[in-house]
Amino acid sequence: MTIFRNVVFVAALAGLLAGLVMTAMQVAFTVPLILQAEAYEGTGEEGAAAEESHDHGAAGHSHGDEAWMPADGLERTLYTALAAIVTGIGFSLLLVVGSELVGGIAGWRQGLFWGFAGFSVFTLAPGLGLPPELPGMPAADLFARQAWWIGVVIATAGGLALIALTRSAALAALGAVLIVLPHVIGAPQPESHDTLVPAHLHHSFVVAVTVTNLVFWLALGAMVGVLRPRFAQGLGEPQSSLA
Amino acid sequence: MATSSGAIAATSSQSRLLQLSLAGFLGLFITGFVGFSHMEVVHNAGHDYRHSMAFPCH
Repeated sequence: MTIFRNVVFVAALAGLLAGLVMTAMQVAFTVPLILQAEAYEGTGEEGAAAEESHDHGAAGHSHGDEAWMPADGLERTLYTALAAIVTGIGFSLLLVVGSELVGGIAGWRQGLFWGFAGFSVFTLAPGLGLPPELPGMPAADLFARQAWWIGVVIATAGGLALIALTRSAALAALGAVLIVLPHVIGAPQPESHDTLVPAHLHHSFVVAVTVTNLVFWLALGAMVGVLRPRFAQGLGEPQSSLA
Repeated sequence: MATSSGAIAATSSQSRLLQLSLAGFLGLFITGFVGFSHMEVVHNAGHDYRHSMAFPCH
């Protein structure tokens, strides 16, 4: 299990560091916008409007109701950090495994390319159909959106792999079709986009989310590229098919 | 593909794939649990993170 151990070690270390970067950026840029938007959530008629357009069923969304939630302030920030670091390691595992399957990342520069691919797959492509949402904004059924999200991620990853890792024009064309297809099908949308959340606040949030994710993925890719040679026993020499 | 010790590389390539798959599933599980779990406690704890990652939320 040397390979498993090394992959997990490299991924955990890179994910931890990139997750810390992510936490700092979220606290600085995205969370303040979420807090601003929460002031509009559940006020006035918006609550009723939201109930019509969301269909959550029993176990839906739960601000302020019975279920436990972290107290505002330090506790809430700590849970955001925990989620960012744990998920950072999760994304890092996917990045390391994906790159090892085709030979491994050769250094920080190649890592940046892999990071950009991760950003395209996990942020850019899903964000086209389902832009980052602020609390209090109407959205379609949660299951439908999660299913579309997972579909677009798989299709984009597969499409990019066909384009970048094969030498065949036909396969590259198929890759492009795969990347476009989920957007032709279209993401589930709410019946109405009416919300009390101001458009400028949402716009700032979309920019903040997209840019913080870009930085996270670039940091993650570069970190994996730097760390990999130090734990490369059993991982083999990198094959530089990219970059 | 491998430059050294062909026999070892041949026998270990299957094990290599298995180990990489295992690590990949671990990554999917972690990301899926934090980003997609419908458990309210998980949702509430990771709320700001989920919004900041543009995971479908609520």
